[in-house]
Amino acid sequence: MNASPPDTQAAAGAAQAAPEGAAEAMPETVNTPETEAEKAVTPREAIAVLLGAAMKPKAVKAFAKSWSIRLTALAVGVLIWQWATAINFNYFINFENIPSPVKVWTAFVAHVQSTEFYIHIAVSMQRIFIGYMSAVGLGILLGLVIGRSRLARDVISPYIEILRPIPAVAWIPLAILMWPTEESSIIYITFLGALFPIILNTAHGAELTPDVLIRAAKSLGANRREIFWHVVIPAALPSITAGLAIGMGVSWFSLLAGEIISGQYGIGYFTWNAYSLINYPDIVVGMLMIGGLGTLSTYAVRLATRPLLSWQRRSR
Amino acid sequence: MIANIINLSRDKDASAAAVQAGKNLSSEGKGHVTIEDVSVVFGAGADAHTAVESTQLEVHPGEFLCILGPSGCGKSTLLNSVAGFVQPSSGTVAVDGVPVTGPGPERGMVFQQYSLMPWKTVRDNVAFGPLLAGQSKSEAQSIAYTFLNMVGLTRFAKHYPAELSGGMQQRVGIARALANYPSVLLMDEPFGALDAQTRLMMQENLLRIWEDFGTTVMFVTHDVDEAVFLADRVVIMSAAPGRIIDDFRVDIPRPRTTDITTDDTYIQLKRRCMDRIRSESLRAFEQQNH
Repeated sequence: MNASPPDTQAAAGAAQAAPEGAAEAMPETVNTPETEAEKAVTPREAIAVLLGAAMKPKAVKAFAKSWSIRLTALAVGVLIWQWATAINFNYFINFENIPSPVKVWTAFVAHVQSTEFYIHIAVSMQRIFIGYMSAVGLGILLGLVIGRSRLARDVISPYIEILRPIPAVAWIPLAILMWPTEESSIIYITFLGALFPIILNTAHGAELTPDVLIRAAKSLGANRREIFWHVVIPAALPSITAGLAIGMGVSWFSLLAGEIISGQYGIGYFTWNAYSLINYPDIVVGMLMIGGLGTLSTYAVRLATRPLLSWQRRSR
Repeated sequence: MIANIINLSRDKDASAAAVQAGKNLSSEGKGHVTIEDVSVVFGAGADAHTAVESTQLEVHPGEFLCILGPSGCGKSTLLNSVAGFVQPSSGTVAVDGVPVTGPGPERGMVFQQYSLMPWKTVRDNVAFGPLLAGQSKSEAQSIAYTFLNMVGLTRFAKHYPAELSGGMQQRVGIARALANYPSVLLMDEPFGALDAQTRLMMQENLLRIWEDFGTTVMFVTHDVDEAVFLADRVVIMSAAPGRIIDDFRVDIPRPRTTDITTDDTYIQLKRRCMDRIRSESLRAFEQQNH
């Protein structure tokens, strides 16, 4: 037996022979790019480093560029909106009664100073959280079962196919009839929104488990349960996490429909109420709040699930 | 630096222990494969296709056997029936007297495709088998390091498979199969996807490990050079239906290096393989034309 592996010898040799070139030869010092990044920090890079994981200078540049383009694009949209309302644009699309960005901003600033606004947000977030979490639990479970068992697929998928296209608003009467409290009806509607994308993505991922990996696990002595845990679930993770992010978006999407039921709080209720009171700036404030909070929560889901996929990002 | 040296010496001890364990396996006479009158038929009725026809084969403990044949001749099917992935339509496969009914860790498998779990580190891939066998996490990891050291990849223990080259991934695959101390190592064209230089290195590396470990090896290949270079004994299979048409010993002393490729015995045996395969291909070709 040649007990000393040639790779180790080579690395050790390189480290001794060329102390200055050691950084290139030794994989132990892979953190060099990050330390370089810290040395020459521009404000942009600092922001990027704060926002995301520590990145290489090149990636920081690309990140900063991408975000400046995004923000500029949004700014251009707001300017066009301001312009269209300022000139009372009315050519097929009518902007005459649309509140201008300035008016919406004024309304927003006023709300931000009131406690009630935060209650609306907190109540909505709590509903989304409960509905979404229930959907995550049930959705992943059902998705995995559907993906791996033909019988389960034949039993469950007709329900999914029929229920999936039904819009959240259409559920309002039944939700009220089915559930004991107003609150539970609202949560049920946000839950439904998140459920289907999670089930479908999970099932898709579980179906695509590479056969050779299952065979490899079997020949290493894995039983059905171990194969499920060590092979099927990790192989489905990229799909599952995609489903989780989409599900979060759809959950917010359904919120307004759910909160039409509510008589008091919630950002969806806030929007619906503004509609009833013909308070145009508030409608837009509510819409944008739903959009903004939805985006933030989707981003939070992506951040939270990212460590699960570290094996993917580290590929060559 | 010092830590590195300490690591190395610890690895040395550990690998010596592993080698000892491997030797123990073969000295007990384990790894005796008997294939009796095995046929494998896929499909039914008019679509039925006989992949392997009434095949008889005995592999002795510690023997390095190469199954050589053109693609589609059923050599992988025969191997898979030993692995337990394919149930023979008739006949029996047994390892050390125990009939094969399904896959199991005592028959280690190295696949042609990359088959490491991409979400497990190199170390955890190798430790997976011992862990399934009921070893504690730390025991399983120390076994993993032992075998990673054997294939020279200790340095990459904490990397993910996607960060490794194809040849390195297959070395991890070999370490993973050996970590269960199998009595038979089944290899299905494991170096088929590698470039010629890497393949040569892998072959030499495999022989070194096998000479230390001493387990029975069944190695499927369509490469004549590979078969003669590696094997104690070569069996040649013909296609449609798959059956064994030749069976001979390779009496070239070990340890072997690439130098033996100019050896007279080597050249004679290589010619024998090529003649056999050529006449079979011609026969098959004529059959198709009639």
